[in-house]
Amino acid sequence: MRDLFRKRRMWKFSSELKKRYDVVIVGGGAHGLATAHYLAKHGVTDVAILEKGYIGSGAAGRNTTILRSNYKTPEGARFYDASVKLYEGLATELDFNLLFSQCGHLTLAHTDRAMFVMANRAEVNRLEGIDSRLIGPDEVQELAPSMYVGSDTTYPIMGALYHPPGGIIRHDAVVWGFARSAWEAGVELHPYTEVTGLRREGDRITGVETAQGTVEAGTILNCTAGWSSLLCDMAGVQLPITTHILQACVTEPVKRFLDVVVVSSQMHVYISQSDRGEFVMGSEIEPWTTYRMQNTLNFLQDLTRHTLELFPQLERARLLRAWAGLCDLSPDYSPILGRTEVENFHVSAGWGTYGFKAAPIVGKTLAELVATGRTPDLIAPFALERFYEDRLVSELAAAAVSH
Amino acid sequence: MSYVLTCPNCGPREVTDFGFGGEVTTRPSGHPSPRELNTYIYFRRNVAGPQREWWVHRSGCGAWFLAERDTRTNEVKWTALPEDAPGAATPDPVSSGEAR
Repeated sequence: MRDLFRKRRMWKFSSELKKRYDVVIVGGGAHGLATAHYLAKHGVTDVAILEKGYIGSGAAGRNTTILRSNYKTPEGARFYDASVKLYEGLATELDFNLLFSQCGHLTLAHTDRAMFVMANRAEVNRLEGIDSRLIGPDEVQELAPSMYVGSDTTYPIMGALYHPPGGIIRHDAVVWGFARSAWEAGVELHPYTEVTGLRREGDRITGVETAQGTVEAGTILNCTAGWSSLLCDMAGVQLPITTHILQACVTEPVKRFLDVVVVSSQMHVYISQSDRGEFVMGSEIEPWTTYRMQNTLNFLQDLTRHTLELFPQLERARLLRAWAGLCDLSPDYSPILGRTEVENFHVSAGWGTYGFKAAPIVGKTLAELVATGRTPDLIAPFALERFYEDRLVSELAAAAVSH
Repeated sequence: MSYVLTCPNCGPREVTDFGFGGEVTTRPSGHPSPRELNTYIYFRRNVAGPQREWWVHRSGCGAWFLAERDTRTNEVKWTALPEDAPGAATPDPVSSGEAR
């Protein structure tokens, strides 16, 4: 009985940095932790994760928890589908309840053009074996009976891309599950350890400088998302990335009346109801670059106006919180994953608004790259080199944010 | 955080009045290789700190102008028409293009 009330820690932080690690992962978010988890499966456990804030303090704890794989390019769809499949088995693998609910995902179309894009995405998705199809307003209403689909609105609903395997998951649990698993395997977690510099000699990084001392590393992974450009700059690697804020908010809990994730690219809004009954809503990215994570008034105005067009019932719901996170936008809205021109310095960057969805597959593929030295086929199209060669993988119009 | 920009023609306005044109970049001179051109087109410094950038007064006079803004705080140091901007020679506005 006493055992029930014992204070149990899921992991312990390492106090001192060692002189050297086989792998140093910069960034203690979903990507960094997932990579450590999968590296352990390859037997690589001499790993340190350096995080400048607390574990999961960046985008991993600020996203709107939506998972899906209905992307526009075959490369993207294949990649995110592999991620959703890993997510499906992740609670078992991590022995941690991630509250994954594959409740279905609706991307609303309000124009002929949007219907065309949705039809295109549905075809690409089905060729990749992904459950995704175009549906009409009647079926939209059936799936979301509480949503207003009348024609007397600013943007009447013409149809939707329906993606049944999409859904929501508890994002913090994903972070905690990966952190615990990595720590149990022997990975060192170092929160509040900011990297201040990288020592580069020729084509290799020889040292990672932090306020707590300098460490040597066999391989360094940049999993810092919004801050990727800054770390890459320390390594002398240029990125085609700009950093913007993306904002979200959550209402007080209300009785359950929405069972699917609703997204509208026209209105730049994505809405879901959490297991606690709160409405979680996200909006458009701010067009200007910034590293300051603070909300804007125009975000709240636009988001609430658009949400109320779809769900007038929320008129009197109060907002509990609003927040902003950093997004690292790449020119083609596809990630930059794998090798750089520095031999032992790999990146996971350019995620824009898709990073959280990709966490397990990033971990798996990056770990494979580090452990075997070969770039997995799945991530080959996402190499940094593609921008120098002008071979883009355009995911334009595959999300609710216009970028 | 929302902030206020001062249009050199119209005066202070909310940031939502303006279009963002990205950081100031330098067009490669002479006969650049495809690699140099692609670097110019896609790659950005994306600094955390003072950044010289392009803005356009979209809901106002339509003028393109330069600003220096600290991307860590969004504090705007100055705004000026290209010919009046302090410091270095003026790059061309076409290069950055009005945000995607």
